[in-house]
Amino acid sequence: MSAHQQTSTGGKDAGKPIAFVSAQALRERMHDAVNDPHLRQSFRGAMDFLMAKRAAQFPDTDELDSLRSLSEAIRQYSLSKLPDLLEQLEANLTHNGVQVHWAETPDEANAIMLGIAQRHAAKLIVKGKSMVSEEIEFNHAMEAAGVGALESDMGEYIVQLAGEKPSHIIMPAIHQTKQQIAKLFAEHIPGVSYTDNVDALIQIGRRVLREKFEIADIGLSGVNFAVAETGTLCLVENEGNGRMCTTVPKVHIAITGIEKVVEKLEHVAPLFSILTRSATGQAVSTYFNMISGPRRGEDKDGPEEVHLVLLDNGRSQAYADEQLRKTLQCIRCGACMNHCPVYTRIGGHAYGTTYPGPIGKIVSPHMMGLEQTHLLPTASSLCGACGEVCPVKIPIPELLIRLRGEANSEPHANPAMVGQGAGHNALTSFVWRMWARVHARPGSYRAFSWLATRFRAFTPKRQGGWTAARTPLQPAPRRLRDMVKDRR
Amino acid sequence: MSKTPQTAGASHGARSYPPRPEAVYFYATCLVDMFVPEAGMDAITLLEREGVRVIFPDNQTCCGQPAYTSGFPDEARQVVESQLDLFPGDYPIVVPSGSCGGMIRWNWEKVVANDPALKARAAAIAERTFELAEFLVHVLDFKRPDQGPALTVALHTSCSARREMGTLLVGRELLARLGNVTLAIHDHESECCGFGGTFSLKHPDVSTAMVSDKVASLKATGAGQMVTADCGCMLNITRRAAREDLDAGRAAPSLPGEHLATFLLKRTGGKPSGEHA
Repeated sequence: MSAHQQTSTGGKDAGKPIAFVSAQALRERMHDAVNDPHLRQSFRGAMDFLMAKRAAQFPDTDELDSLRSLSEAIRQYSLSKLPDLLEQLEANLTHNGVQVHWAETPDEANAIMLGIAQRHAAKLIVKGKSMVSEEIEFNHAMEAAGVGALESDMGEYIVQLAGEKPSHIIMPAIHQTKQQIAKLFAEHIPGVSYTDNVDALIQIGRRVLREKFEIADIGLSGVNFAVAETGTLCLVENEGNGRMCTTVPKVHIAITGIEKVVEKLEHVAPLFSILTRSATGQAVSTYFNMISGPRRGEDKDGPEEVHLVLLDNGRSQAYADEQLRKTLQCIRCGACMNHCPVYTRIGGHAYGTTYPGPIGKIVSPHMMGLEQTHLLPTASSLCGACGEVCPVKIPIPELLIRLRGEANSEPHANPAMVGQGAGHNALTSFVWRMWARVHARPGSYRAFSWLATRFRAFTPKRQGGWTAARTPLQPAPRRLRDMVKDRR
Repeated sequence: MSKTPQTAGASHGARSYPPRPEAVYFYATCLVDMFVPEAGMDAITLLEREGVRVIFPDNQTCCGQPAYTSGFPDEARQVVESQLDLFPGDYPIVVPSGSCGGMIRWNWEKVVANDPALKARAAAIAERTFELAEFLVHVLDFKRPDQGPALTVALHTSCSARREMGTLLVGRELLARLGNVTLAIHDHESECCGFGGTFSLKHPDVSTAMVSDKVASLKATGAGQMVTADCGCMLNITRRAAREDLDAGRAAPSLPGEHLATFLLKRTGGKPSGEHA
């Protein structure tokens, strides 16, 4: 586990060095976000669009349900054999000529990749979209060491120009309007004047990036699925930049979390199908790359050197607990955030974590510890929309409840998580103990409810968060049990 | 305004229903007992009018949901254990609230899982626990002629009812059986009203944003009132609407809400026990 990260970014902190925001300030950021009508409107519109796109891909609910069950089974099966599959993956990748590296922490991962860059005297690394690289603050680490890291996914490129972090794991720049992007391009790209014509903006980005692919020393990518039995890295993308990053530069570095491995090639097809349909509502992505090694003798393109960095960063902590392990089933489609009424209202930056939305609330505590993140699991009405759409059936609400418990409970020996008890509050615990006392003894409850109704006039008119926006609650003059009794 | 896709029913699959019983246990829930007793009374009247004897276990307190969802499993367990003795007979248990029904049906077992004997009892209780609306449709086949004037209503189905109890369709079905009632589907119908128990207290900003949007969507239908089978959502929505009325200086409620039980009873010639929440 690493204590790295967490200072600031995104939203009103945009422009400051890119790193994580302290999750302690979550409430304040949520307050700012819900009071930003532009943000509210743009996220609502974007999420409605993505929900409709997904729904159109699944007209048959039986088919959807069986595909979700199959996908869940594949992910659970893979996780059940994770240590073995990782060894098998390493052996087969090595056999294919790919160099495999293991990193426990973000710092270790960055050091490994910086070492590779320095060995090649690299000046520029061009990047395909990778949330794991965001998770470890890769760009920052490289820049600090004098190596340029340039995002080539259009959304990531925009976010990088703006000095922000992604606000959505699939649509990193979803919070930016075309006018804001036009302004960014005009300010940051030499020779570009303001245009908010979307096609023109895309062409400008393409032109800039095309030159960079030619001169980059290293290409970096993420991995969607790593196939153990064949030693194959699968990469899902839409813009072709992933293919450029993994074929044009002389060196390709892939980075991924240890949970992304599956055993067989045949396990990839259903996951790929449900991934693109859940994420963007596409039947299939524009590109699907399968990388099984560096350029071979007769190959016309491809890197001379391929590396894979496998990152833990808290994943083995989640893995060790039977219930929390389900967190690792995630295939990073983003459907949970698209359907989340909280995410829709506050956007991605307010969470202050690399992964926002429901999945962010259950995965970030393992990456960052509960000290920083214990409020995240509370920021949910437990409506269940996330669990309902999750393509691999992660019971997100159940995991949120579990994390609330881990945070609330008194610190104890052998905790399941780093930071267990970080949200423990003696007064709150006392209140719940009293609550349980009253409600676990029917006589006490009868006395309590009798008093509450009899003395209803004394009910406080200020009821904390409730009366912030609602008229106060008051017990009824008589309880239901009194009405029932009277009638008989 | 865009319409979001509607999710139809339970994520837990279909269940089977018993034949019409001679009697039922009525598990009112603490919220109904103390805050909306008229909804409970009207539900009891509805059931009795269908010829079913209603048993009200006097030792009932709370389903334990507030502690369970707040991350206090021990406290939830104590309360759940105290409730396992309430239903000695073999009768179905009817709950006038989707979220409390969901708690009993899916979570009581988990809460007492460390004790196999208690777990088995909780499982047996879960098996015969029904949300009021599903019980009216699937067990009692509630079909009384509508005696009210033409009226358009909006239906809010709680997330727990929708996703844990699968009762969106039965709520609609009950309203559809009332000849003079038109159901108006509101924008983002499947979206949470922002209550979420302690969520509304812990994160008032987001909760308020959610309930304000819900109130706006419901009002935009032009429906004369909102009907729901969950008192938590009902209080959240109606008290938000009341606050908006207060702030705007409106005397009459712009979005009155009623529990489905009260609404059904009124429409079918019954005598409701109280007034609006």
